Amino acid sequence: MMRFILPLVIFLALAGFLYVGLSLDPREVPSPLVGKPAPAFTLPQLHDAKKQFSSQDMKGKVWLLNVWASWCGACKDEHPVLMDLARQNIVPIYGLDYKDKREDGEDTLRKAGDPYTLTIFDADGRVGFDYGVYGVPETYVIDKQGVIRDKLIGAVTPQNLRERILPLIAELKKQ
Amino acid sequence: MKHLLLALMCLLPTLVHAGEAKDLADDPVMERRMINLAEKVRCLVCQSENVASSRSDWSNDVRQIMRDKMKAGATDQEIMDILVERFGKSVLFDPPVDKETMPLWLAPFILLLLGVAVLFFQLRKRRQTVPESVLSPEAHQRAAALLNEEDNK
Repeated sequence: MMRFILPLVIFLALAGFLYVGLSLDPREVPSPLVGKPAPAFTLPQLHDAKKQFSSQDMKGKVWLLNVWASWCGACKDEHPVLMDLARQNIVPIYGLDYKDKREDGEDTLRKAGDPYTLTIFDADGRVGFDYGVYGVPETYVIDKQGVIRDKLIGAVTPQNLRERILPLIAELKKQ
Repeated sequence: MKHLLLALMCLLPTLVHAGEAKDLADDPVMERRMINLAEKVRCLVCQSENVASSRSDWSNDVRQIMRDKMKAGATDQEIMDILVERFGKSVLFDPPVDKETMPLWLAPFILLLLGVAVLFFQLRKRRQTVPESVLSPEAHQRAAALLNEEDNK
């Protein structure tokens, strides 16, 4: 009996591992920044180069930092989801226009709509680097103390918004 | 004419060979040091390629940041620490042995030990179940005779 069961068990275990392996995305590297204070920065705004945005101003608020660019394809997929989220007024979304041309970034928002409370302009991507950005879009959930609580690599979808981001925001707001 | 055209077409690739993209090598010594360091860093957007050989945008940025930090006097270790801080240990091709990576380092040896143990017990079991076949003197003689016959042919 054992001689039949053992290979079956080994096969099932292997199949299980492979099945889980298929659903993992090798591009998704867990960020070491989750649970750490968000790197402080001051950058000009996209719509008005003279105005500055400082991450220090956000103390005491739960907010989303959404890294995007006009040249990024997946950003267009998540754009309607962000528009929807912005309309619900649950959480302020701050855009970080990453390694973009100012005109292109402004143009994109003019045409597709602007879900952002404010857009920060990171022309050379240095702030993006400090946040460990390597694939746009990326979205950070930052709490009242300025600590990064989650990092989403890839597009925001109705599903990950509902299951992952919104519950976390609701919890963080209570604190 | 057609053949000449074909021959010329065959030569075309030699003209378009791109070669290594030129980096801002105003300081060859530092550039070498940067490349050595970049070889130890995984390109996160292109899987199993290092930052030194990758032409992706992200790798270009990392190389530029390495140059800037080197110019500012950072040591190799400091630059690596900066990268690990932002992107995690998975950016290193040679992750350090510590609590978090221990399973990764130990797994092959554990599997090897397991395999050896299984083999050992299997062999022992087999020795117990399969009796060693002993030839009777007659059978020995017969076998020897048959072999000799073969030799003499």
